[in-house]
Amino acid sequence: MSLLTRHRIILPVVSLALLLAATFYMQPRAMSYFGLNLLFNLAVPIALATIAQMMIIMVNDIDLSLGAFVSLSACVTATFLNDTPGIGLLILLALILSYALMGAVIHALDLPAIVVTLGMSFVWGGLALFILPSPGGASPGWLRTLMTVKPPFAPMAVVAAIVIAAVTHLLIMRSGIGTVLRGVGGNARSVARAGWSVLKLKALAYGLAGLFGVLAGMALVGLATSADANIALRYTLLSIAGVILGGGEFTGGKVSPTGAVIGALTLTLAASFLSFLRLSPDWQIGAQGAILILVLTARLVFRQKGAEA
Amino acid sequence: MAISKMLLVTAGLVMAGGLAQAESKLADTSDKRIALSNNYAGNSWRQAMLQTWEDVAGQAVADGVVAAADAYTTSENQATEQAAQIQNMILQGYDAIVLNAASPTALNGAVKEACDAGLTVVSFDGIVTEPCAWRIAVDFAAMGKEEVDYLASRLPEGGNLLEIRGLAGVFVDDEISKGIHAGVDEHDQFTIVGSVHGDWAQDVAQKAVAGILPSLPEIVGVVTQGGDGYGAAQAFKAAGRDTPLIVLGNRQDELQWWAEQRDANGYETLSLSIAPGVASLAFWVAQQVLAGAQVPKDLTVPFLKITQDTLDEALASTPEGSVANVTYALEDAQQVIADAK
Repeated sequence: MSLLTRHRIILPVVSLALLLAATFYMQPRAMSYFGLNLLFNLAVPIALATIAQMMIIMVNDIDLSLGAFVSLSACVTATFLNDTPGIGLLILLALILSYALMGAVIHALDLPAIVVTLGMSFVWGGLALFILPSPGGASPGWLRTLMTVKPPFAPMAVVAAIVIAAVTHLLIMRSGIGTVLRGVGGNARSVARAGWSVLKLKALAYGLAGLFGVLAGMALVGLATSADANIALRYTLLSIAGVILGGGEFTGGKVSPTGAVIGALTLTLAASFLSFLRLSPDWQIGAQGAILILVLTARLVFRQKGAEA
Repeated sequence: MAISKMLLVTAGLVMAGGLAQAESKLADTSDKRIALSNNYAGNSWRQAMLQTWEDVAGQAVADGVVAAADAYTTSENQATEQAAQIQNMILQGYDAIVLNAASPTALNGAVKEACDAGLTVVSFDGIVTEPCAWRIAVDFAAMGKEEVDYLASRLPEGGNLLEIRGLAGVFVDDEISKGIHAGVDEHDQFTIVGSVHGDWAQDVAQKAVAGILPSLPEIVGVVTQGGDGYGAAQAFKAAGRDTPLIVLGNRQDELQWWAEQRDANGYETLSLSIAPGVASLAFWVAQQVLAGAQVPKDLTVPFLKITQDTLDEALASTPEGSVANVTYALEDAQQVIADAK
């Protein structure tokens, strides 16, 4: 086995490094504490959403409601959590539980996750509009402080990315329960034979996704200072792309939390890079897609070489 | 609104006069760079807006008023995407950002970052609530009231009015309607006997008006929100009723119809709406702030009013399927600033 197939994290790291070097070359101002924070602070909620998506992809499902769910969490954060923190916290907990319940229902009734989550996206979207019919609300003071904190040595965005990657790496790659969760994606039947309840495990995976979805919404409000019902709709596709870019696969429980965080950073950076290039907006979506395809192609090529060797 | 008539000038012959005036007492802005952050480009109004920016800001760069005036449009009309775009502009070293925002509140964090980094942020049309930014807002309620004021001047005896509203649930629709009802309260010789939603589209308005007409008494005037006057006129014609006094909204098809009616039977009315050229006003306001002028944070855009006298001129300069437009010059911006003080 080649080095690259054994350490699937290498490719995402190299992609990010190359893109970062190109960005610094184009825009030397970005190469500073202040610049790095501006480049990456909006990647923090995306990274959290990508981790949430990764939890779902880990158990061989896909979540099309994540963007709407993050929007809803943002609306709750900007209204209830700010005005009546107790009730806000309860609502956010209820949201996480409802995600776990959604996972349990999907497994118990053997429903396709893609259909259920697509349906739920309208429920989340409707609730968000109900809570915040017109844009508004305010970020709780402590959240704003947390998202604009200026730690020594490295800017908040970089520190946050490292913390998110480290915590989720420990949880998913190192802990016992994380290994079993990945096992559900790899071979659910053998996990069940080993005496685990797949229903509970799926509910746990979805619950974790809900937790990180809520955190993404909170981080977003901390950055934006307020919310609207459509604030995070593009996170659905961004998060899926982030997981794949970071070395995750749609089947077999093959995911990488560190890779997912790096994938989210790469996608954010790619958008900024294209904007620095002064590429017309009509081309930007296409160019983002091209970057994604490029990385995936590179992965495929290396894997085939690995298989031959 | 005496200046709006003055504002009705075609693109191109605008800048030269203002330059000398600006140089006389304000700081030089020839090394300053301004960026336009725009969230959407998918309709004729936005296309006209971007074209105006290109004309006016491009000319200002050529004349050396500012060093750069680049336009950026986000691809997905999403607040998070535009927030990233604004943060990129800070990194790119722009001195000012002119902003048509995807959300009045969700960009506040990014706008604050820009202000803290020393940039001037001027929002227009889609304004932001962050206090450090300037706002060039549209007083839609005043627009609605102006329609009724005009009807009162033309029809002192009053009578029954039909109201055509916009898209339900949208802030603009609420505001214009509020203004119209305030106007009717003031001129109590008028009664609104019917109200339909025309969704700012001629075909929808025509269907809606045709549906309600049989149940209505004689109508003397129709108050509209723009994009619906022509459809209303067609519905009245199809029903075989006399054409009432319809206030129009600057769309090319409305102006065309007005000109035809005027030539045929001396029809007289008023047309008013917001010009996409407001982008050029925002550009000059940003330039004035950079030059060190004292500019109040909240400014109001004048409407673009077309009267019987200016109809031919407006019609000639409006491309088919588009909206009547004006380009604002530096003096117009200075006038708007002075009015707000």
